[in-house]
Amino acid sequence: MEVLLDPWPWYVGGALVAIIMLMLIILGKSFGFSSNFRTLCSVFGAGNNCDFFKFDWKAQRWNLLFLVGAIIGGFIAVHYLSNNQIPEINESTVSRLHELGFKSAGKAYVPSEIFGQLTTKNLLILSVGGLLIGFGTRYAGGCTSGHAISGLSDFQLPSLIAVIGFFIGGLLMVHVLFPLIF
Amino acid sequence: MKNLVYIFLGVVFGLAMYKAEAASWFRIYEMFNFDSFHMYGFIGTALLVGAVGLQLFKRYDTKDINGEKIVIKPKDRSIVRYLIGGILFGLGWALVGACPGPIFVLLGAGIWQILIVIVFALLGTYLYGLIKDKLPH
Repeated sequence: MEVLLDPWPWYVGGALVAIIMLMLIILGKSFGFSSNFRTLCSVFGAGNNCDFFKFDWKAQRWNLLFLVGAIIGGFIAVHYLSNNQIPEINESTVSRLHELGFKSAGKAYVPSEIFGQLTTKNLLILSVGGLLIGFGTRYAGGCTSGHAISGLSDFQLPSLIAVIGFFIGGLLMVHVLFPLIF
Repeated sequence: MKNLVYIFLGVVFGLAMYKAEAASWFRIYEMFNFDSFHMYGFIGTALLVGAVGLQLFKRYDTKDINGEKIVIKPKDRSIVRYLIGGILFGLGWALVGACPGPIFVLLGAGIWQILIVIVFALLGTYLYGLIKDKLPH
């Protein structure tokens, strides 16, 4: 039981995600989480005025069930399989974050500076972040699951280009924009 | 019954993401600072196991449960959409510290502020749908 309650090593997490991808393929589906955003738009009626959302979303019901499972998994992980899990990030990352004003670095799972009080600034961070994620994943035709895991393990060049894009964007955000934002 | 299988796989996914910390903002920040092997090891293991699995499917002509031959649909050829779309997503990923899967895992974990990210991700997807024909692909 202790083994389950402790943080799981990266190789366990990585292997499980790959096994999930392979099982979805055996089930005749494909591993791609961000498609759910498009499906949900369609469920909410976006197909009425935009053809991109005019499709048989019921065929994607399995992926919505997977999404519901992911929410349940997060709930179980926190309430039954953790003792206040705090990622042991690198000391130099911690001091870098302290300099940026993130006092919760090394003391929390997610930073209270962003996910704590809902200030105007945090509201902006979360909404702009959401917009970029929703727009970017659909423009790129997939996210980390569809491109970085599924596409790359099938050696698809478009996925490699997308993952290079993910990293250009991420590095730009962390190294160029973070000092301006925080 | 089949519905339960998808929910079960989702639960395992959620557990793996949370417990192996791919859903932690701090791990994503650390990754983009090249301060730790953790996330690279996570993605690398997934790629290794995934690639070996897919190769085995191909070699043994594995069929899925519908009896269809397993083929991973090749993605459309393009550079600009993957690069620009990828960069936009990367900016959001690093800012929020979670990609689409972990966003929902965090919701389950009780980080309710992530609901704002979900609502705006839906709006972002909708916006893409509205203007996609004007964008280079």
